[in-house]
Amino acid sequence: MNHDGTGIPGVALPGAPAPKDTPLVELRRAGKSYGNVRALYGVDLVVRAGRVTCVLGDNGAGKSTLIKIISGLHRHTEGDFLVDGRPVRFGTPRDALDQGIAAVYQDLATVPLMPVWRNFFLGSELTRGRRPLRRLDIPRMKETADRELRRMGIVLDDLEQPVGTLSGGQRQCVAIARAVHFGARVLILDEPTAALGVKQSGVVLKYIAAARERGLGVVFITHNPHHAYMVGDHFSVLRLGTLELSAERCDTTLDQLTDHMAGGAELATLKHELSQVHGVDLDAVPEGLGDTFPEGTT
Amino acid sequence: MSGGGRTVGAPPAPAPGAGPRDGRTTRRPPALRLLARPEVGVFLGAVAVLVFFLIAAPAVRQGGSMATVLYQSSTIGIMALPVALLMIGGEFDLSCGVAVITSALTASMLSYQLTLNVWTGVLAALAASLAVGALNGWMVVRTGLPSFLVTLGTFLILQGVNLAVTKLVTGNVATDDVSDMDGFGQAKKVFASSFDVAGVQVRITVLWWLVFAALATWVLLRTRYGNWIFAVGGDQDSARAVGVPVRFTKITLFMLVGLGAWFVGMHNLFSFDTVQSGEGVGNELIYIAAAVIGGCLLTGGYGSAIGSLFGAFMFGMVNQGIVYAGWNPDWFKAFLGVMLLGAVLINLWVRRTATRR
Repeated sequence: MNHDGTGIPGVALPGAPAPKDTPLVELRRAGKSYGNVRALYGVDLVVRAGRVTCVLGDNGAGKSTLIKIISGLHRHTEGDFLVDGRPVRFGTPRDALDQGIAAVYQDLATVPLMPVWRNFFLGSELTRGRRPLRRLDIPRMKETADRELRRMGIVLDDLEQPVGTLSGGQRQCVAIARAVHFGARVLILDEPTAALGVKQSGVVLKYIAAARERGLGVVFITHNPHHAYMVGDHFSVLRLGTLELSAERCDTTLDQLTDHMAGGAELATLKHELSQVHGVDLDAVPEGLGDTFPEGTT
Repeated sequence: MSGGGRTVGAPPAPAPGAGPRDGRTTRRPPALRLLARPEVGVFLGAVAVLVFFLIAAPAVRQGGSMATVLYQSSTIGIMALPVALLMIGGEFDLSCGVAVITSALTASMLSYQLTLNVWTGVLAALAASLAVGALNGWMVVRTGLPSFLVTLGTFLILQGVNLAVTKLVTGNVATDDVSDMDGFGQAKKVFASSFDVAGVQVRITVLWWLVFAALATWVLLRTRYGNWIFAVGGDQDSARAVGVPVRFTKITLFMLVGLGAWFVGMHNLFSFDTVQSGEGVGNELIYIAAAVIGGCLLTGGYGSAIGSLFGAFMFGMVNQGIVYAGWNPDWFKAFLGVMLLGAVLINLWVRRTATRR
């Protein structure tokens, strides 16, 4: 296992095009309360074209709330939310889509029982003819869906097949291809690799890189620092509803990222406590847990 | 987390899903793909029931009997269509059986009591039916409660209102005869006349039924609205997230059921001249059963409009077939129950076979 964070062979360091003056999306001290529960507060986030902004955090850190604010599912209750430098308040996901902000959700990206081509165009169907005879332009929809999926490297032999029968990675890619096709400028990916195996995750990460090359601003939400570090230009770590770390790629290492993400100080304490307990052999602590310990405490 | 670590060291391998097919999936044979259509099972079932009664009950072979079977089927089928669309959209309407009577009562009493042209009553009934549908839909999307509960409520309300208001207005459980009122002949032509096909009198509802079925199928499979119906029934949250107007779709689906209830209500009124205020109870389950037999998934997101046509035909065929065969009609309901279970099992089997990869 290579988890020292020093060398990442085979993965090109993400080139960071010169940032434009105005970010596509910007959050300033933004937050959201559900009744008396403060799910998110004081969050600053900047999304620029051609850059991947990674949002990391453990379960319950506020990642989902953040994505829901940007994608228009929920309104923020504190701070400012700017698109192209102008303050906005989205009422529905449609408002966000109209601004070119598209979200690809972890579990609600597609309708499983519907064919691939219907899913691809869901909510933005192509039509021909006039009312009341306006109807779906099925040949054009199938053709376009097939072309866009091929461009993303997915070849399906049957576009009529229900999306539910695709693999998890393919389903994510259908959703990403869809968002890219519909002119998304900002692509929000909610834990796209969470439920995937190693190879499928690789496919999705490649598409994230591809989307950046096409000049999209990508918000990549994940709880896997390794995945984030492979494609990210900027890292924001959320913890208990607010920012724990916000750093450019050049200012951070994979270890620091992992450390912040796991709550380094707490883990060090935990490790100390464990070492007091007789019979706990620290060398036997699983590697997956071990590699989250901060350097120097071992 | 350690799983992710492994990819760090690995060269970026050509991933599955990228490039040409990896040979693990084969194209499904066309026969299986045809079987995967939701209405195939019910079509075969309808043919089976038809053949069965053609053999068992010689009287069915006459044109007149067939016209009666189709008439019976059409009165179920016209309602089963919007009920099927609503079910694909993920909701139920338990009030649709009594809503038919509500509509007929509204038209009848309004035009009779105020001595208006019956068309005034017909239009008022249309407005009332659409309003009931919109109210059902609005309550469901607004509260997020299961439509089963919400429409159970409206079912009971309408049932009570039908009886109470009719008694209050007419002093009777039935409405007064409207057959000598202005516009009656015209309205009867539209809603309850017959036409001649090769010497056999066929009720006009059969024609309407086929027209509506074609229209509903076109809307479901060939329009944006149809796409939205599948989406709100299949996964409401996904649909909302990609910009489908979920509330609009659901409310209009309930209103379509109202439209169907209005049409059947008008047929009842102009066919029988008076309306019995206590009728309609239990019919909602027959409509729902026809939709389910027609291949609609009870949980939404899957089904067909044309399938409900075959489902309704099976009902009409069995209902009349038992009579023509000279059997005790008391067995009708038992027969229906067996048919429903059989159809559901066949549908399940067909879907599993066809979608197995």
